[in-house]
Amino acid sequence: MIRLDRVTVRYGHGRNAIAAASDISFAVAPGAAFGLVGESGSGKSTVLRSIAGLIPHAEGQVQLGGAAMPPQRNRAQRRLVQMVFQDPYGSLHPNQTVDQALASPLRIQGLDGGEQRIATALREVGLGPEHRFRFPHQLSGGQRQRVAIARALIVAPRILLLDEPTSALDVSVQAEILNLLVRLRRERGLTLLMVSHDLAVIAHLCDRVGVMQHGALVELTSSDALAAGAVTHPHTLELLRSNAGYDMRGAEAARFEA
Amino acid sequence: MSGAPLLCVRNLRVTYPSAQGDTHAVRDVSFTLGRERLGIVGESGSGKSTTGRAIMGLVPPPGRVTADELRLGELDLCRLSERGFRQLRGRRVAMVLQDPKYALNPVMSIGRQISETHRAHVGGGKPAARRAALEMLEAVRIRDPERVFTLFPHEVSGGMGQRAMIAMMLIANPEVLIADEPTSALDATIQTQVLAILDELVRGRGMGLILISHNLHLVSAFCDRVLVMYAGRVVETCEAGKLREAKHPYTRGLLDALPELGRRRELLPQLQRDPAWADGA
Amino acid sequence: MSGVTLRGWLLDAAPASRRQARFGRWYRTWLSFQNNSLAVAGLLIVLALVLSAIGAPLIADPQAAILQHLAQRLQPGSAAHWFGTDELGRDIFARIVFGSRITLTIVALVSAIVVPVGLGIGLPAGYFGGVVDAVLMRLTDIFLAFPRLVLALAFAAALGPGIENAVIAIALTAWPPYARLARAETLTRRNAEFVQAAVLQGASPISILFRQIVPLCLPSVVIRLTLDMAGIIITAAGLGFLGLGAQPPAPEWGAMVASGRQVLLDQWWVATIPGIAIFITSVGFNLLGDGLRDVADARSS
Ligand SMILES: Nc1ncnc2c1ncn2[C@@H]1O[C@H](COP(=O)(O)OP(=O)(O)OP(=O)(O)O)[C@@H](O)[C@H]1O
Ligand SMILES: Nc1ncnc2c1ncn2[C@@H]1O[C@H](COP(=O)(O)OP(=O)(O)OP(=O)(O)O)[C@@H](O)[C@H]1O
Ligand SMILES: [Mg+2]
Ligand SMILES: [Mg+2]
Repeated sequence: MIRLDRVTVRYGHGRNAIAAASDISFAVAPGAAFGLVGESGSGKSTVLRSIAGLIPHAEGQVQLGGAAMPPQRNRAQRRLVQMVFQDPYGSLHPNQTVDQALASPLRIQGLDGGEQRIATALREVGLGPEHRFRFPHQLSGGQRQRVAIARALIVAPRILLLDEPTSALDVSVQAEILNLLVRLRRERGLTLLMVSHDLAVIAHLCDRVGVMQHGALVELTSSDALAAGAVTHPHTLELLRSNAGYDMRGAEAARFEA
Repeated sequence: MSGAPLLCVRNLRVTYPSAQGDTHAVRDVSFTLGRERLGIVGESGSGKSTTGRAIMGLVPPPGRVTADELRLGELDLCRLSERGFRQLRGRRVAMVLQDPKYALNPVMSIGRQISETHRAHVGGGKPAARRAALEMLEAVRIRDPERVFTLFPHEVSGGMGQRAMIAMMLIANPEVLIADEPTSALDATIQTQVLAILDELVRGRGMGLILISHNLHLVSAFCDRVLVMYAGRVVETCEAGKLREAKHPYTRGLLDALPELGRRRELLPQLQRDPAWADGA
Repeated sequence: MSGVTLRGWLLDAAPASRRQARFGRWYRTWLSFQNNSLAVAGLLIVLALVLSAIGAPLIADPQAAILQHLAQRLQPGSAAHWFGTDELGRDIFARIVFGSRITLTIVALVSAIVVPVGLGIGLPAGYFGGVVDAVLMRLTDIFLAFPRLVLALAFAAALGPGIENAVIAIALTAWPPYARLARAETLTRRNAEFVQAAVLQGASPISILFRQIVPLCLPSVVIRLTLDMAGIIITAAGLGFLGLGAQPPAPEWGAMVASGRQVLLDQWWVATIPGIAIFITSVGFNLLGDGLRDVADARSS
């Protein structure tokens, strides 16, 4: 479903250009869930954005649903892949009601039966009709994130990209959103690609995991191997160690390495 | 804990009046803070940030703050004017805000924001402020301080923005730091490193730290004591290391909702709330 | 619907239709606006200006504003002439009332030019960046470098004095700050995640600019315009005073001050009354702008 072939993404021009992701290759089967982990600034969001077509890649090829994506995507290609962002506060337009947020993708994509689709989309993410005409400031963080998921799903994409969808939410809401994603994947056969810095969240939702460091994909493994600690790359081991909780000795060690 | 407490809070209440009736965001919260790491956990809307804001004098109107006692060292914060608070903030108490994207000025470079904070609180000229800012950026483990100094907030990754924010708050060397979800946008490695910096400040400079977080693992591993908040009330206080053995069904529910490595469940148990918890049961 | 239920309908936390949501939002905005009594005073002044411009013939006699009555020149205020008469025996009250039409025309024309031009330059500059930004912003700098009154004088001298030319001259020098404002607002929004979500849905840049970014920039532009309006009215009055704005016998307030200045010491009202009218209108716009800004600040936090 998703296939990246030696993709490199650069920010900036000329001398100031930096490669935020270099030479990334991996593939995700239809209906599978793939997780991307790695330290801050390692280029996870960059990879997601280039799959979404928000930034052009300098080299390599992005294939979605079997077709290579051109630099300028058309509407049908846009519809194939949707994204949910990290920040539930910034991802909804402050002046638009939930209803408007859901109606505009339908208008852009020229889909009919809007009334029905909006009601269904809201029900699917567990929001009631009473939320439909609220403004974002009248919703909680978890509710906003549900709206963002509904907005992504309303055009019936086949791939859903999630950039740390629960890191701004508390644990009880995180559990609700994760359960929602598990259900949606099962019912719709969605292909999921999720970024998170919480290895437990990734292992909960995904089957396979990619580890990034300094813009490179350093290890490809399965979540079972991750849970068992059967990984090889030092960065993965370090992530595992830090994830086990805050540990004074671990922190000291990390400081002296840095 | 050593010596007199840095911060004393007794029966803190914060109320937001509104047309639909008052919201009691914080109800009778009491605690003291020494030179230690105090964690506050609880679900969203339980009043964690509001507690922090009340201490900073940052509760937005029409919010009302009352307390039987609210003291920073010798200073009575209940009687402090807005001007008094302004002199206090940044210098004696600092708060790392929950949302770095909104707390940083989008049209000013990160370096300039940090060095201006330095000049406002510590004084000294531009070159000194620049040096201090670069040092601070390095202290929060920013890999390339010279480059990041010139970048604007939208040009850095989420985690770098949050570290820049931390650098800005620490540059004036406050006595009490309130960190509201300081690490929620950081990956585990950097999170560990940032916490190590905070820890060093608590132990090295004798700073008091209030860490607000919804990450129970992290709070239980990092802090000395933990307050668990629900609906504006502290429902349970325990030693951080013993958080896993917590008694209260609410705390247990929060712990259960966490996904765990090596214990894969198809669906996570969702929190079943009991209205009796809100009344301090 | 009785008053109580209408209020409940407007403040409903779970609106049932787009219309209710929108009205509810306006109503909440109005509630926070009306808390500020100075802002309400400003609004009333501006409303009074608009009403007097629309209903001028009902309030005062159109003939009295223009017809010369040399026998009754320079009379002080009386029951017949509330504000007295000027050096040609025209009723000053009637001239003030009809003068509000000219002031309102200036306000409307300048807004109609400045807002579209400012947004038209600032939005693409902020959104597309790069070369587009560089070219548009240099253009803005060039216009910013013109001194307003001097350009207006040159314009009036070249095209002949008159209210239209005065308005064009003012608008030409007034738009650059709006372009900068719109650019800055766009810069802070263009990386917002809701904009990226719209890109992902396949929205074109034009539709993103109009549907996502303009609604967020517009409040600050309108507020800025309201605050600037005082300055614009005074500039227009200044041009009228210099004889380069509205031409006699049009009852333009600035020109009225000019014509009253020879008799300022003996018949003070001839120059002072229109001066007061200019002053009150300017203050009204300023108070209104301040109030709107407070509401916008409260809404965004
Ligand atoms: N618009 C931009 N202009 C210039 N550099 C950028 C831009 N966006 C990102 N970068 C740089 O690219 C690198 C990778 O950023 P990216 O956002 O992909 O990291 P990330 O892995 O998602 O990190 P985090 O976990 O902190 O979100 C960083 O060094 C960042 O500074
Ligand atoms: N300015 C305000 N006006 C009215 N009510 C408010 C305001 N700020 C907060 N509240 C209310 O106060 C309560 C506590 O909010 P607070 O932000 O302290 O929660 P929190 O525990 O920090 O949650 P989170 O984990 O989501 O940050 C909530 O019910 C919230 O709706
Ligand atoms: Mg990221
Ligand atoms: Mg909070």
